[in-house]
Amino acid sequence: MEIDFVIEKFILVTAIFAISLLIAMYSTYAERKVAAFLQDRLGPDRAGPFGILQPLADGVKMFMKEEVIPANANKWLFMFGPGLAMLCACIGTAVIPWGQDMMIGDRLVKLQVADINVGLLYIFGVIALGVYGVMIGGWASNNKYSLLSAIRAASQNISYEIAMGLSIIALLLVTNSLSLREIVAQQHGWHWNVLYQPLGFIIFMVCAFAETNRAPFDLPECEAELNGGYTIEYSSMKLGFYLFAEYINMFVSSTIMAALYFGGYNYPGMDYMAELLGPTWAPLFGTLIFFLKIFGFIFFFMWVRWTIPRFRYDQLMNLGWKGLIPLAIANIIITGIVIAIVNKF
Amino acid sequence: MGTSVFYFVATLSVICALMVVFAKNPIHSVLYLILTFFTFTVHYVLLNAQFLAVVNFIVYMGAIMVLFLFVLMLLNLNKESEPNKSVFLKIIGVIAGGCLAVTLIGSLKSVAITSPLVLKNPSLGLVESLGKELFGPFMLPFELSSLLLLSAMVGAVLLTKREEKTNG
Repeated sequence: MEIDFVIEKFILVTAIFAISLLIAMYSTYAERKVAAFLQDRLGPDRAGPFGILQPLADGVKMFMKEEVIPANANKWLFMFGPGLAMLCACIGTAVIPWGQDMMIGDRLVKLQVADINVGLLYIFGVIALGVYGVMIGGWASNNKYSLLSAIRAASQNISYEIAMGLSIIALLLVTNSLSLREIVAQQHGWHWNVLYQPLGFIIFMVCAFAETNRAPFDLPECEAELNGGYTIEYSSMKLGFYLFAEYINMFVSSTIMAALYFGGYNYPGMDYMAELLGPTWAPLFGTLIFFLKIFGFIFFFMWVRWTIPRFRYDQLMNLGWKGLIPLAIANIIITGIVIAIVNKF
Repeated sequence: MGTSVFYFVATLSVICALMVVFAKNPIHSVLYLILTFFTFTVHYVLLNAQFLAVVNFIVYMGAIMVLFLFVLMLLNLNKESEPNKSVFLKIIGVIAGGCLAVTLIGSLKSVAITSPLVLKNPSLGLVESLGKELFGPFMLPFELSSLLLLSAMVGAVLLTKREEKTNG
């Protein structure tokens, strides 16, 4: 293995990790500001101009709080839970193509950590793994509320994973590839997958909301019934990790939606810009556009949270099993038939 | 490098598999089982069977083990609720385990160390070639096994259905 290859990937991984953390940090701020805007309030405005230092203050507060581990908790698993939640949230970004190949000097740099040819399935696997952090933490707390919450989280995730997988199958019929790099590259020039798979996109998005435990599917952390859910026994930075993992998950889900359905780094007038800016800056501009799309989705996540009330548990299960899964199967069949007809003529 | 990675991961698999059996707490057993499956995933990657690796990851680690954990957490098994095993059961367990050990040792004795297997087609485990195999020469067995799974699913749904009261 060449040393410059290792250095290149190391820089890329560090940058992506730092950016994910930064975005998650400012998502907490953005969430409060969006909530304030939607409820006609001001939101945080004390720390720094417009309150932009608020996430830093929150972070320091989290670190300074006393750590409490309940006497009857399973100590190692109690500590392992938040760490696992954080790990699962972060590793999803490894296969995302952040931009086109970029020329730095005379070196071609891929703006993607790992181009594996089962990238889409990898992401699906990481999402499937995400529930363990909640389950282990909820169980290890040795508290009935957190256990109930963990079980809710598990059944919710399993139910919505099925519909999500089925919506991805329909997408695969269109793209013919499992590599995210391929899928994004195919969407060049307005061939965005959302135009071919509108129903699939809606199903995928609803499932993404459920998988990230965001409102209206935030039943695992339902205050009214569960006193805060699986985080009830957690304090200090362990609690911070869980909350942070949720925002990173939101960022990763937004990234996946933008990459799979909304063209990733592709934008109209791309070829013109590529000529104008040259091979170094044009890919970076694409990356910027990609991030704008991601921020759009993150805003949508927040918008929905402060608009739609929470589902009841039976409604959640009904929607998942009797609504989304049949719809996703119908979507696969329709997509298959249309592709067969198009290929024939 | 491949061989040393293999030995490292193989050791981990064996240790985790042993811990599944020896762990006192059923939840810990399941967690070790998850780790075992994860090491299997690494083995598949080392064998260049990417699709199998990811499917093992999604299906076993991501779905089946979540259900295991789910059920165990609901049941909340512990020492007190564990039924007392009689001496008779323990003796039978020892005999059965001994038989298995003898069989394993016997079959291992006849195994000779061979040179590492070289795949004729290194891309055999990739999605494309696997799909072509499954929907080409192995079409019938593939479809039959999917029918089998479907019937199992229908059966499970039927079992959970409440019996209708005949006179009611």
